[in-house]
Amino acid sequence: MNIAVPITLGKRFVKSFGLPRIIIALFLLSLFILAPIAGVNVGTSFSDTLNRFGMNAIMVLAMVPMIHSGCGLNFGLPLGIIAGLLGATISLQINIPGPTSFLLAMLFATPFALILGWGYGELLNRVKGGEMMIATYVGFSSVAFMCIMWLLLPFNNPTMVWGFSGRGLRTTISVEGYYLHALNDFLAIRLSRHLVIPTGMLLFFALFAFFIWAFLHTKVGTAMTAVGSNPTFARASGINVDRVRTLSVVMSTWLGAIGILVYQQSFGFIQLYMGPFYMALPAVSAILIGGASVNKASILNVILGTFLFQGIVTMTPSVMNSLIHTDMSEVIRIVVSNGMILYALTRRTEGAR
Amino acid sequence: MSVNDVPLLEMKHISKDFFGNQVLNDINFSLRQGEILGLVGENGAGKSTLMKILFGMDEIHQTGGYGGDVLIEGEVVNFASPSDALERGIGMVHQEFSLLPDFTATENIMLNREPLKYTWLSELFGERMNTLDREQMQSIASDAIGRLSVPLDQEMLVAEMPVGHKQFTEIARELSKEASETSEGIKLLVLDEPTAVLSEQEAESLLNSIKRLSAAGIAIIFITHRLQEIIDVCDTIMVMRDGMIIKTVPAEGVPITDIAHWMVGREVDSASRRQRTFDYETAPTILSIENLWVNMPGETVRNVSLNVHKGEILGIGGMAGQGKLGIPNGAMGLFPAGGKIVFEGQEIGLNDPRNFLDAGMAFVSEDRRGVGLLLDESLEWNISFTAMQIQQKFLKPYLGGLIKWRDQKAIEEETESYVKQLEIRCVSTKQKARELSGGNQQKVCLAKAFAVHPKLLFVSEPTRGIDVGAKSLVLQALRRYNEEIGTTIVMISSELEELRSICDRIAIVSDGKVFGILPATAKSAEFGLLMVGQKSQSAQGGAV
Repeated sequence: MNIAVPITLGKRFVKSFGLPRIIIALFLLSLFILAPIAGVNVGTSFSDTLNRFGMNAIMVLAMVPMIHSGCGLNFGLPLGIIAGLLGATISLQINIPGPTSFLLAMLFATPFALILGWGYGELLNRVKGGEMMIATYVGFSSVAFMCIMWLLLPFNNPTMVWGFSGRGLRTTISVEGYYLHALNDFLAIRLSRHLVIPTGMLLFFALFAFFIWAFLHTKVGTAMTAVGSNPTFARASGINVDRVRTLSVVMSTWLGAIGILVYQQSFGFIQLYMGPFYMALPAVSAILIGGASVNKASILNVILGTFLFQGIVTMTPSVMNSLIHTDMSEVIRIVVSNGMILYALTRRTEGAR
Repeated sequence: MSVNDVPLLEMKHISKDFFGNQVLNDINFSLRQGEILGLVGENGAGKSTLMKILFGMDEIHQTGGYGGDVLIEGEVVNFASPSDALERGIGMVHQEFSLLPDFTATENIMLNREPLKYTWLSELFGERMNTLDREQMQSIASDAIGRLSVPLDQEMLVAEMPVGHKQFTEIARELSKEASETSEGIKLLVLDEPTAVLSEQEAESLLNSIKRLSAAGIAIIFITHRLQEIIDVCDTIMVMRDGMIIKTVPAEGVPITDIAHWMVGREVDSASRRQRTFDYETAPTILSIENLWVNMPGETVRNVSLNVHKGEILGIGGMAGQGKLGIPNGAMGLFPAGGKIVFEGQEIGLNDPRNFLDAGMAFVSEDRRGVGLLLDESLEWNISFTAMQIQQKFLKPYLGGLIKWRDQKAIEEETESYVKQLEIRCVSTKQKARELSGGNQQKVCLAKAFAVHPKLLFVSEPTRGIDVGAKSLVLQALRRYNEEIGTTIVMISSELEELRSICDRIAIVSDGKVFGILPATAKSAEFGLLMVGQKSQSAQGGAV
């Protein structure tokens, strides 16, 4: 046997999988190995990682349509999240308890996502080339606008409004009694006291991932990829480029809306006001770490990236905390997650147009 | 000739491999002062690699250097970077432009070598506060342009220039370096396909300037695909094939067919030059264009009326910038257009490519990389995409037609068949279009158009920038497609000889209008007259 064969195979693996991903994966693995030494329960850690994966994966998936159509990374994800928040609050206002409220929230969020997404798409069609910058500010300004609206909109369900005035929504609203763990508990597998697999939530993500994958194999999906790859080529093949781009933005926005609902049912709270403000960046960095570039992304990038990003964000603080015996978890979490974002954005240009 | 006993440039036993792949093998040649050497060879013959060695490009150093010696004036050199080469008086004009679009011609020519003025601010803050000496810049630039003797507006922004003028700016920049103080002045100029993007007229004035430069003692290595130019202008012709020098001969009196033969090493069917007689007058009109105007920058069409007969190959020729490229681009709707286009008795709405494609026409753009290809996608995607989007081909229904997915197998088969038919050289049908050479990319563009089975095919500059072998394959494929399937073809090209070799009749466009239409068998002098805007008696007027 020739020793060169495994080496070239190894090289090919590194090339196709990507060196940064291998390093991050090894780091994550070492955290899991360190966990028992530091006295952290591996079962809990793994369970947490899976949970966070399920909570965030659909919002990461929301990046895919816009990347494919060449609109870049969806920094305007807060807009989709706002549609989701509107759906959530309206569902709570109607006050139907139990998991049904989750379906209602999805239902009510959809028209908002479609309308906001359409307007957002039209806007992005007018600023071709500068989408990501504009998207960032669309996200930020819509959050600010909604800060006013959350106070003014005529919600009056006592679980949601400020107790002293009876008007205006609170910053954090519990979904207990409504759709708390609506997906998490569905078919959940309890392997031990510490290790629970949130099957329902993972299946829900799998369903959406399959939809997007299937969509990208249709004629319109193919057109979307072509528009992102070379808009002039697409136009010369009779594609209405603006319409395809708008469609992709609507899809991204809607996925953002669904994504935040899934997040809430696991987290237990609806976070209003400045809540959506920072939601875009973790999703953006997750997909970049997963190996996507500004105009190429696959479902595999989504799964891999979300798992690696959320795994590290979950594991680092708990392991580090136990090792240095002080409560630094929040500080470490912020350092790690922003560090990852910084890293991801610096390698953003790789593989770009 | 005392100094000149030693050749200006000599290359001895040059060899080079990229990771075991031998691309250059024992290259020997020398170049005298003022000599013009024509370097020809198919794409991939090793021309560019040889030039990269001469200039000491990073690419060469990073891949393990080269074997053999490069001698400048008898002295062995090994340049660490192109700027070292420049100091020894070797300049290069690249195929791709390296110009700043928002700077004027003068500013580009003098970039980074601007003469400076010392001001009182420099006294305080040092040399960085020197100002540009605009007057001197103007005079050096105009001197360089003057030596080229071309009409180039010094104050024009590069972004607004026609392609030919960009090329002139690039050459003027190399020439102007002679006057600078840091280098020895230009002694050897390498021109890599400088005429590929020029019209015949522009190319001619460039060739004249090359001769003038050579008379002034500057040696020139001239790389081109246009063999006639080599014969017209060069002293010596060097033919490369597969990394070796096949032939080095004096240019005087060498027939083109011989050069072409040395280059490809196989018989070149001289572009299927079987003249045929096609009775277009009895054939019905398939497409009629009436009073078409197109606002395409640099190729404005003012008022074109033209009838195309079913089954013919119509050529559209003319000088660059006269509007010939605007006709198909406007008809397809890629640029704003007005007027009337009737195809098979149906009026086609303008300004929307979809109408054009739905009617059963297709267009192979002259801008391969910009319009013609999805560079980052596979050949399969490139070839099947338009047919899929317009004609619902390559789609397979699932769940009782509820959802339609790409039919990977059908796409693969179709692509395979075109790869074979057009001899597209690729590793697999999954290879990205970006990785193919120009000629093979062009074949992919043709395959994409063939895949929609058009009734009428517009082909714009199908042979621009591709080598002789690929050129004749492309032309043959067009001719065959026309004869076997009966597709009407409208071919736009700036090379008249090429049009004459495959078309039935040729329309010459001048100043945005059809100036006249001649059968392809007409004498070239008659076409020449039309191009410069004079009508001979046999030429028919506007609409035919």
